[in-house]
Amino acid sequence: MAETVKTGAAAGVHDDANRRDFLFMLAGAAGAVGAGSVAWPFISSMNPAADTLALSSTEVSLAPIQEGQAITVKWRGKATFVRRRTKAEIDEAAKVPLKDLPDPQADSARVKKPEWLIVVGVCTHLGCIPLGTKQGEPRGDYGGWFCPCHGSHYDTSGRIRKGPAPLNLAVPPYAFVTDTTIKIG
Amino acid sequence: MSATPGSSSSPLMNNKLVKWFDERLPLVSTMQHAGMEYPTPKNLSYWWNFGSLAGFMLVVMIVTGIFLAMHYTPHVDYAFASVERIMRDVNYGWLIRYIHMNGASMFFIVVYIHVFRGLYYGSYKSPREVLWWLGIVILLLMMATAFMGYVLPWGQMSFWGATVITNLFSAFPFVGDFIVTLLWGGFAVDNPTLNRFFSLHYLLPFVIAAVVFLHIWALHTTKSNNPLGIEVSGPQDSIPFHPYYTVKDLYGIAVFLIFYAMFVFFAPNVLGDVANYIEANPLQTPAHIVPEWYFLPYYAILRSIPDKLLGVIAMFGSLLILFLLPWLDTSRVRSARFRPIYKWVFWLFVLDCVALTWAGAKPPEGLPLWVARIGTFYYFAHFFVVMPVIGFIERPLALPKSISTPVLAGGKA
Ligand code: HEM
Ligand code: FES
Repeated sequence: MAETVKTGAAAGVHDDANRRDFLFMLAGAAGAVGAGSVAWPFISSMNPAADTLALSSTEVSLAPIQEGQAITVKWRGKATFVRRRTKAEIDEAAKVPLKDLPDPQADSARVKKPEWLIVVGVCTHLGCIPLGTKQGEPRGDYGGWFCPCHGSHYDTSGRIRKGPAPLNLAVPPYAFVTDTTIKIG
Repeated sequence: MSATPGSSSSPLMNNKLVKWFDERLPLVSTMQHAGMEYPTPKNLSYWWNFGSLAGFMLVVMIVTGIFLAMHYTPHVDYAFASVERIMRDVNYGWLIRYIHMNGASMFFIVVYIHVFRGLYYGSYKSPREVLWWLGIVILLLMMATAFMGYVLPWGQMSFWGATVITNLFSAFPFVGDFIVTLLWGGFAVDNPTLNRFFSLHYLLPFVIAAVVFLHIWALHTTKSNNPLGIEVSGPQDSIPFHPYYTVKDLYGIAVFLIFYAMFVFFAPNVLGDVANYIEANPLQTPAHIVPEWYFLPYYAILRSIPDKLLGVIAMFGSLLILFLLPWLDTSRVRSARFRPIYKWVFWLFVLDCVALTWAGAKPPEGLPLWVARIGTFYYFAHFFVVMPVIGFIERPLALPKSISTPVLAGGKA
């Protein structure tokens, strides 16, 4: 640009130089808008496609799950835990003072029916699947889940209590379709 | 911007960091020499836009291809469905596919015009033979790429086109069957074939890019030809590539994009065959198989000869003959502008290629078959007889002394 102005001034046509600057910027701006609108469809194509989004809800039957048991289902390609809590587990989750929690959240805010805890089974540290869903797996110091990757402990409400994970296990959107079925997503 | 040809001092080089880097790896100065200062004949017409258009198309094909490959599945059970998914479910998938699909046709339109430009202005003649050869190599690679790409959506035409074209190689004595089995990876066109075609379809465009690099290197060594077909005789005959031809090339791309977009948005399937929207069925051949339009002349040549091996040889020969053209053309004069006979012969040859394209699209019987036979005969006669002979009998017009002379003389009058 400086070049253009200099040659313009040297030739004694300074007004022309301003005009050129303007045209140059106008062309540049039009080019940027054009490039952006070409780039957008390409970037957008990398986002989930319509059929991928259509698969984003999963129905789960709760009938076979006994008290104290949990199952893992796949929702949007991710492990999701459905756990039928015992009375003791519910009480334990309810009585923890919020100030003791790294990511404070009341148990009542994390469940629709206290008996059923539904959380995304992806450790909020770096994405491993915590142990504790299957019978016999370690459940960590707080009786919920234990992530073997870097040692995060979750309680019976799926809240982080100890270890490097910053957040509680996420609660997915879900609804009770009947008393014994839920629809996640 | 005001760089004169040959000067290496530019505003960019005043930057200490750029200069430091350039002294260690002369990337910036090389790009400046090649893309900005490159002394270009000042009389280039719009026919010289088609090289940069071809380069632009290669980039378009690679970019859209990479995005298609993110969604495409190279397996006989899923390929067709994955392309349909691209069309229906992937965000803007239809757009990316139509750009790629029509892009192949646009690429060939541009390259064919580029080649005929060279034929008219004698750009293949000394000292540009290697430049010309590299161009033919690019054309051959493009054909292989487009052929294998067309197989990927696994429609009826994909499958039967692949079957017919791979079987061409069986015409060769002794090695024929070996080659065909090797291409198939089995006993018919099947999943192994699709897999390797996808692999090669992904690879070849990058090989093309490498040959394009050599092509441009050769161009910058011999410098551009021009409509007068005479060499640049001094600095007064050339102008720096940038900004004069960068702007002209960009303008060409803008106009070309309008043409291209017309197909992509308003007629995305006119250049293709509807049969390719039917999934491949190895047990049923469509009634009438035709290749994509850009292969039709070669297809006409293949079918015009009633012998399997000779047909295949003629088809490949019609392309390979181009390698010999610099020596088959015996005229000293490059540009058809100064060649009173060749000027007409050139258009006759264009007509011949159009006739072959027409005949290639029709079933090989009756009139189309005869057009194809006469067309094939003339195609080879053009190279083997007409070109060598007219070089001797034609009296070229007087050439201007330099590129500037006709312009300056006109200005003075
Ligand atoms: C020289 C450049 C190229 C040419 C001439 C070319 C040509 C073609 C053609 C003719 C088709 C069939 C279109 C259809 O009927 O749907 C196709 C499909 C395809 N190409 Fe290319 N292509 C090129 C570069 C690339 C590159 C660089 C990639 C990947 C990195 C690629 C990936 C694909 C894929 C995934 C398909 C199948 C999807 C579809 O059918 O639309 N292509 N190509
Ligand atoms: S991923 Fe779970 S603790 Fe690191």
